[in-house]
Amino acid sequence: MAQMTMIQAINDAMRVEMERDENVIVLGEDVGVNGGVFRATDGLQKQFGENRSIDTPLAESGIVGTAVAMAALGMRPIAEIQFGGFIYEAMDAVCTQAARLRFRTGGRFNCPLVIRMPYGGGAKTPEMHSDSFEALFLHTPGLKVVVPSNPYDAKGLLISAIRDNDPVIFYENMPLYRSVKQEVPEGAYTVPIGKANVVKEGNDVTVIAYGNMVRLSQQAIEAVEKERGVSIELIDLRTISPLDMDTIFESVDKTGRVVIVHEAVRTGGVGAEIIARINEERILKLEAPCVRVTAPDTPYPPTLIEDKWLPTKGRIAAGIKKVLDF
Amino acid sequence: MNSVALDMQKEFKMLQILDTDGNIVKGQKTPKLRDEELKNLYRWMLRLRVYDALAIKLNRQGRLGFYAPLGGQEACQIGAMAALRKTDWLFPSYRDLGAAMYHGWPIADTFKWSRGQIGGMKIPEDVNMFPPQIIIAMQTIHAAGAGWKFRLKGEDHVAITFFGDGATSEGDFHEGLNFAAVNNAQTIFFNQNNGYAISVPLRKQTKSETIAQKALAYGMKGVRIDGNDIFAVYTAVSEAAERARKGEGPTLIEAVTYRLGPHSMSGDDPTRYRPKSEEIEWKEGKDPVKRFRLYLEKKGLWTEEWEKEIEQEMKAEISAAINEVQKAPIGEVEEIMEYVYDEMPAELKRQHAEVLSWKEAK
Repeated sequence: MAQMTMIQAINDAMRVEMERDENVIVLGEDVGVNGGVFRATDGLQKQFGENRSIDTPLAESGIVGTAVAMAALGMRPIAEIQFGGFIYEAMDAVCTQAARLRFRTGGRFNCPLVIRMPYGGGAKTPEMHSDSFEALFLHTPGLKVVVPSNPYDAKGLLISAIRDNDPVIFYENMPLYRSVKQEVPEGAYTVPIGKANVVKEGNDVTVIAYGNMVRLSQQAIEAVEKERGVSIELIDLRTISPLDMDTIFESVDKTGRVVIVHEAVRTGGVGAEIIARINEERILKLEAPCVRVTAPDTPYPPTLIEDKWLPTKGRIAAGIKKVLDF
Repeated sequence: MNSVALDMQKEFKMLQILDTDGNIVKGQKTPKLRDEELKNLYRWMLRLRVYDALAIKLNRQGRLGFYAPLGGQEACQIGAMAALRKTDWLFPSYRDLGAAMYHGWPIADTFKWSRGQIGGMKIPEDVNMFPPQIIIAMQTIHAAGAGWKFRLKGEDHVAITFFGDGATSEGDFHEGLNFAAVNNAQTIFFNQNNGYAISVPLRKQTKSETIAQKALAYGMKGVRIDGNDIFAVYTAVSEAAERARKGEGPTLIEAVTYRLGPHSMSGDDPTRYRPKSEEIEWKEGKDPVKRFRLYLEKKGLWTEEWEKEIEQEMKAEISAAINEVQKAPIGEVEEIMEYVYDEMPAELKRQHAEVLSWKEAK
């Protein structure tokens, strides 16, 4: 086993799958010679050639749209969108074409396509780069949405995504790319899509997070546990669509108190959907109203105030105390 | 006027082989087709003409749903598909049901698709096509992707896509042509320039004198043809396919044609935006079916009895198809839930059970 950052684990996942299956290709802006602006595809063109690690013209709709047709015709393309904030340029290709191809052909064409995108606050990017748009894709039938929180999960989930017969949006948190190193097995292994991970068991509160918010929630949980002498469960969703409600319900049955943390804006978000489903199935198990710790409903802020805008350890801790004190 | 500007009408002179009286234009060569093949082309053009008339009628009777008339564009759709192979891939728009039927999409399925009936979604496994595209110009990107895939994999197929003049204004048109050109995709971009995007005329769509000239900017071959001349269409598409298969890149074909009917059957009234005289000029002077008939007649390959026979045969096929379709199940909500994902996720399974329970509630 080797110590890897998340970007190395992502690179390794693609390499392993490209070695296994010659129909797996990567395409996008700067992914070939340059190995991607974050170096996610570093070395792939050298190993697999220009026909499998492909520099495309600078056009998101073209990248995803051509990949949709290739996927239908037997390829397994991994399309990189350079920054998640640019995805609106490809929105028709993603939500009208990729998501619906299987549906609108009565199951004739699968669309085994992975769309990888860096996202997330804290990387001090220019505006329109960092947004968290995962809820848009949760709201789009036909797509799967995956958000890893660590290198091990990133590799296993990406391999699952490449092998999946449906289109998968694969969100990669920018600050997580190089901030954490972890033991990552060599070769292929999978982490299943649609299965959340109970990072830490606890009895009094359930905290649900994903991406970079898992790490931040962990810190908040430690502080509150120490201060209050309670035990708090932490669930890393890993997959946004489909949501693993079984794991969430099991935890809610135990704790009766729920805090959901995401860096996406609040309204119509992943938290809203989870709370709706908890209300539908588990409302009598609740000891307190569910709390959302999120960014406020504004467009992504100017860089110098992003740390104030994003959820903080303190705001998460306050959210946990709110459900404890209800 | 810039002194170095090209004369686009000259650079992209419209290819016409068969004139409006059914004579071969002096100096032009007809495609090498046997008598039976010529007759088959005519038979299919006439089949589309009958289909169009009856689809309009069936729509008015409420027996069909959305229909975008293709009358006037028969030479484009049949000439292009006849120049290709069954193994080639078609990326049509909603007006290209003629091309789709020639490629093998059953008449009954086009009706199901029009009506919004479940079977219309299922394109048979042996018909190499995507479903008709609704989002204008997106099919150009799909065709670029397919033609690029054939190139990457060393496959001998071509991808052809049909789109109208309005589509050339979309950003996706640019992305599709650019991706195809850069990657030497085995793709044919077949533009049916029928002069109007619903009501908006070409001069408000583009400042370019021709659509074919747009190929120049992409570094691909551009060709302008008389889209109502089946020989010009067949020739242009044959040559484009040959270039594509040889790895010489994609082609943009601008076929100048005219939609004789309304944009769709959903309330469009062409008299609001185009003069009646123009319609008559195209209908009587430039009709693609009539001109090919005159040619065949002069060659002794056409008789009135044969014409009647084709019409009767198509009418019977259509009548059988619509009757079959109206008797076929329209589909159930739980059935379409199966098509969303390769494996149904838990939440959708829960909703599936809920949908089944609606029946009891009813």
